[in-house]
Amino acid sequence: MTPRQRLWLFAAGLAGLIACYLWAFTGLPGFGHYPGPYGPAILKHVIAQTNATGVVSAVNFEYRGFDTVGEEFILFTAAAGMSVVLRRLRGEREGQGSPADDAASRPVPATSSAIRVVTLLLVGPTAIIGWWLATHAQANPSGGFQGGVILATALFLVYLSGEFIVFRRLSPVALLDAAEAVGAGGFAAVGVTAVALSLPYLYNYLPLGTIPGAVSSSGTIALVSFLVGIEVAAAFVLIIGELLGQTLLRGGGRGGRQGGGRGGRQRVRSG
Amino acid sequence: MTPNAVMDVLQVTVLVLVAAGATLVVRTRDRVRLVLVLSVYGMLLSILFFAFQAPDVTLSELAVGAIALPLILLLTIAKVRKPE
Repeated sequence: MTPRQRLWLFAAGLAGLIACYLWAFTGLPGFGHYPGPYGPAILKHVIAQTNATGVVSAVNFEYRGFDTVGEEFILFTAAAGMSVVLRRLRGEREGQGSPADDAASRPVPATSSAIRVVTLLLVGPTAIIGWWLATHAQANPSGGFQGGVILATALFLVYLSGEFIVFRRLSPVALLDAAEAVGAGGFAAVGVTAVALSLPYLYNYLPLGTIPGAVSSSGTIALVSFLVGIEVAAAFVLIIGELLGQTLLRGGGRGGRQGGGRGGRQRVRSG
Repeated sequence: MTPNAVMDVLQVTVLVLVAAGATLVVRTRDRVRLVLVLSVYGMLLSILFFAFQAPDVTLSELAVGAIALPLILLLTIAKVRKPE
């Protein structure tokens, strides 16, 4: 096949694609008009069925709860995989080619007072917002995923303020591992409990409360969202902590990393 | 202007901004700068979702796209960079 023939073949294919693409566009519903029966049906029944005014959470954690279990385990697997890949093998030594952020001679910039003050002031509000988002999925357009990431952000602010030791003390690896397992396993366990009660998997078997949108309403939706929040927060702190290593410790040279083994370098430098 | 017209203008504006932001992300070559541009792009995307009335996706995109992903990328770049 000569280049010229190939060009013709490509042009024919491209023309066909453009034609079909434009044709497909003519059949689309109008912008912002949802033609399916699923959305209106859920909007009509969601509050009566679940007592949750956060309709998105009701869909995520109840109607499509099985999807969400899968999504949650994606993050769980990612965090676990990260720990495995970045672990320190027996006899492994960091040689000449060790990354710049681990170099012994690396100058560690002092944290400016402005950053320290601002980040430390932000830690409290950030943690409260994260907690609120994770626990109010039944009432608001929020949920465990968003709340969990923001909770983790509160810990990163501690790190950013230069308090690496505090960051480590607040996030011991064993506790994070446990929290991640409880979060991910708890979600699955809520589903299995329904099966044990001879109900469908992830059936909402808890009392729904009397006031729609109250914190105590919506049964398993609120519980599952909270568990997801714990799992996501723990997974993010684990992943980031894995990458952070002891970068800032180099400068201070105080104490070794607790918890041992996983990705952390055990060398302790005196500053 | 009616509320609908305001909404239309907002949606079109944000769509154009997102397209421009995406182009900028692809065009940026320096890795560290790329991460910062990506973070701004995540912010634009979350505004897009807000303009299209999806506040829950807005929160997710804001937390993951504007904070978590750039943070992970920055740390990874710091890890793999050789000492100068």
